[in-house]
Amino acid sequence: MSGARPDLPRWADIGLIPLVNVLLAFIVAGLVVVVIGESPLEAVQVMLSGALGSGEGLGYTLYYATNFIFTGLAVAIAFHAGLFNIGGEGQAYIGGLGVGLLLLGLDHSLSWPILLPLAVVAALLFGAAWAFIPAWLQAYRGSHIVITTIMFNFLASSLMVYLLVNVLNEHGATSPESRNIAATAQLPFISDILGGFGIKMAHTPLNLSILIAVLACVFVWIYVWHTPWGYELRTVGQSERAAVYAGVKPRRVILVTLCISGALAGLVGVNEIMGVQHRLLLNFNAGYGFTGIAVALMGRNHPLGVVLAAILFGILTQGGAELSFEMPNIDRNMVTVIQGLVILFSGALAHLSRPWLEALFALLSRRRPSLKEA
Amino acid sequence: MPDDTANTAGPPAIELRHIDKRFGEVHANRDVSLSVRRGSITGIIGENGAGKSTLMSILYGFYEADSGEILVGGEARHIRTPSDAIAAGIGMVHQHFMLVENFTVLENIMLGVEGGAILKHGAAAARREVERLEREYGLGVDPDARVAELPVGAQQRVEILKALYRGAKIMVLDEPTGVLTPQETDQLFRVLASLRARGETIILITHKLREIMAVTDEVYVMRAGSMVAQRRTVETSEQELAELMVGRKIRLSLDKAPAAAGPPVLTVSHLTVHDERGVQRLDDVSFTLAAGEILGIAGVSGNGQSELLEVLAGIRAPEKGSFTLDGREITAAQPCGPSEMRDLGVAHVPEDRHRLGLVSNFTASESALLGYQHDPAFAGGWLLDRGKIQRYCAALMEKFDVRPRAPNLRSANFSGGNQQKLIIARELTRGPKVLLVGQPTRGVDIGAIEFIHRQLLRHREAGAAILVVSVELEEVMALADRILVMCGGRITGELAAREADERRLGLMMANAAPLPANAVPPDETQGEAWGEPWRGEP
Repeated sequence: MSGARPDLPRWADIGLIPLVNVLLAFIVAGLVVVVIGESPLEAVQVMLSGALGSGEGLGYTLYYATNFIFTGLAVAIAFHAGLFNIGGEGQAYIGGLGVGLLLLGLDHSLSWPILLPLAVVAALLFGAAWAFIPAWLQAYRGSHIVITTIMFNFLASSLMVYLLVNVLNEHGATSPESRNIAATAQLPFISDILGGFGIKMAHTPLNLSILIAVLACVFVWIYVWHTPWGYELRTVGQSERAAVYAGVKPRRVILVTLCISGALAGLVGVNEIMGVQHRLLLNFNAGYGFTGIAVALMGRNHPLGVVLAAILFGILTQGGAELSFEMPNIDRNMVTVIQGLVILFSGALAHLSRPWLEALFALLSRRRPSLKEA
Repeated sequence: MPDDTANTAGPPAIELRHIDKRFGEVHANRDVSLSVRRGSITGIIGENGAGKSTLMSILYGFYEADSGEILVGGEARHIRTPSDAIAAGIGMVHQHFMLVENFTVLENIMLGVEGGAILKHGAAAARREVERLEREYGLGVDPDARVAELPVGAQQRVEILKALYRGAKIMVLDEPTGVLTPQETDQLFRVLASLRARGETIILITHKLREIMAVTDEVYVMRAGSMVAQRRTVETSEQELAELMVGRKIRLSLDKAPAAAGPPVLTVSHLTVHDERGVQRLDDVSFTLAAGEILGIAGVSGNGQSELLEVLAGIRAPEKGSFTLDGREITAAQPCGPSEMRDLGVAHVPEDRHRLGLVSNFTASESALLGYQHDPAFAGGWLLDRGKIQRYCAALMEKFDVRPRAPNLRSANFSGGNQQKLIIARELTRGPKVLLVGQPTRGVDIGAIEFIHRQLLRHREAGAAILVVSVELEEVMALADRILVMCGGRITGELAAREADERRLGLMMANAAPLPANAVPPDETQGEAWGEPWRGEP
């Protein structure tokens, strides 16, 4: 129901509000930088040039963004069904396990072009499977998804430790890692591909997975907004009673949606295991699942917004690393503070600026002849 | 003590001068002026969205007017909060009672004015005052009764008592009869008359013409935010008021041919259902519905009508008993979900259009798809054809006069009447064999009511079997060929429409008097698109 004021124009809702939120976050972060005695303008400059100013920086930024897109999409699609999937972390971890197992088994018999679709399927299946149990518990037993997916993050973590220490580690090795997969089974780096065309680019972890991320965005966009199932998913998210009225079975929608969500998070495994690490190891999921929540919030749960937010968080991650290197007063924790502020302003305080903007738009529209009257 | 000599003389109890209020693009009140004579009952009538509720919200301090003045007893007052209004002697009885169900009447009355840290002293004083008010006004409410155990009509009198206790000399009642039986309504009107006799001033907000004629001295008519007319009640008529409200000539009564009822299409036998809390909602309900007839179900809301609709629409499975539709028998063992019911030719216009009938945040064209999302006409292969859905929605809007004709506008931004027309368009377009309609015109303006009724009649002529559930007796009597009355989950009476009058129906509706405790008002969220702030955001 509309409140006292008319709705904001769509472009302001989708574009302006996130922008204002990020600006607010940077202003507060800038104040913190001032307090520790550094120049905020210089800090911004270092971050931006570190993240975007060189081929190397850009490659890292996009590599981080690839992971953020996967986990951001995972949170976004669940959110459209009214579900808050906090388990991206664990689902990404287990998705990676699926990719790792596949590659360890087949890397010597098949090469990467054939293994890639198989690895994608493995990542999807393992990620979905890890989401299935919380999904089933939510749909049929009413156990809250937020609690169960958090718990499944811990379970995933423990499972990986067990597997890498006791089962998958290289014979005789002391570190909890698997053997490396064969070079022919590894995804090509973008720098190598470009090099094949004679374009020189610094070596970065950016690999073919970014194309899978783009495809995943297209898939989510089509599925949520252009299929009957997506329509049902959104109906469940908006009003479960309306969904029942429309002949939708909300439990089934919850189950399917969370499995898709988990599958998307699982794709992090393709980027990390097949694309970058080339072996199974601990903690390759390094917080991507949680940051995905912020990415989805900031991207207003729309694939395009998720891409933009993922790039922003890629910039923050890569630029932040650069920042702590260039400006010794600002250490990594400071970068975490900045990221935290962005998350705070675009997530928890997402609607902070809304009343002001609404008042502004109401004021502007009052000057123009009104359309809604009569 | 009321000052009897001041009943007709002296300054008006309330005067509003040139009140203007905008909500963004919506001009809710345009230069509204109003003067309420002391010791009178003044009605304010208007369609949904005409601005009645906004005006009263300004008077009661929920909103501040952009411009204009409020005078109470001839003195200009600034009313910024409800406590300012209470201090000025204004009391409000809301459509949805603001009572704590688990408290006694006395505890409810004291709430907010406990009179000190030690409850006991305050309670004793309050009891004396309530007893005095009781003697003076004769409201007939036991101060020690628990509110949850009181019938709806008595709960409303507790609200009135609450306002009197806070010293209200001016009482605003917002749509007070929506939840009452005709008998309870009459009782309320007697109470209002006795309040008037003791010098209280009463403002009655309603959209029911009959009530205005029955009880008011003077009536103001609002339309599209403006005050369009003031009449002395004795000098006007329902017809004139209705035309003033709508701004054009309308016909109040439906003229319809007698039903040409065909063979039975739907046979319901011994349906029994309990709700999630284990309260019995349907108790051995049996009836038949024939092609080409409209069967009306009358009753105070909350007496099983909603559950009956849900069962017949496939939303709720029957526990005991069964119903047969076109040879298909539906029982607890062989349930049938909403989409299969649609395939069987059942269309359902739900009672709660905001939560069931459409999705507020969806565009109109998305809401026009609700329930038919797998129809091959729209979902060719795997993808929804959005262009086609929009053209379909535009065609529905054209045919059913949904305004504005904007398939991409958010459903919530349509007025109640236009939302309802869209839902009815969606459900009728499929030419259903059985049409279930809950509260066809709740929160719908008079112009749209007329239109909706005609559409339903047209589909009756076309041979559809139509079941109409409504809490508006006038509507049931106007539409139905046959009327069933429900009370406490049972069918407590059946009448041919021509034999029905409000008195007979009212007695059947109150069958198991006093009313069952579960006869709660429905969760009604439809208000005016921008009025009624006390309901909060959904």
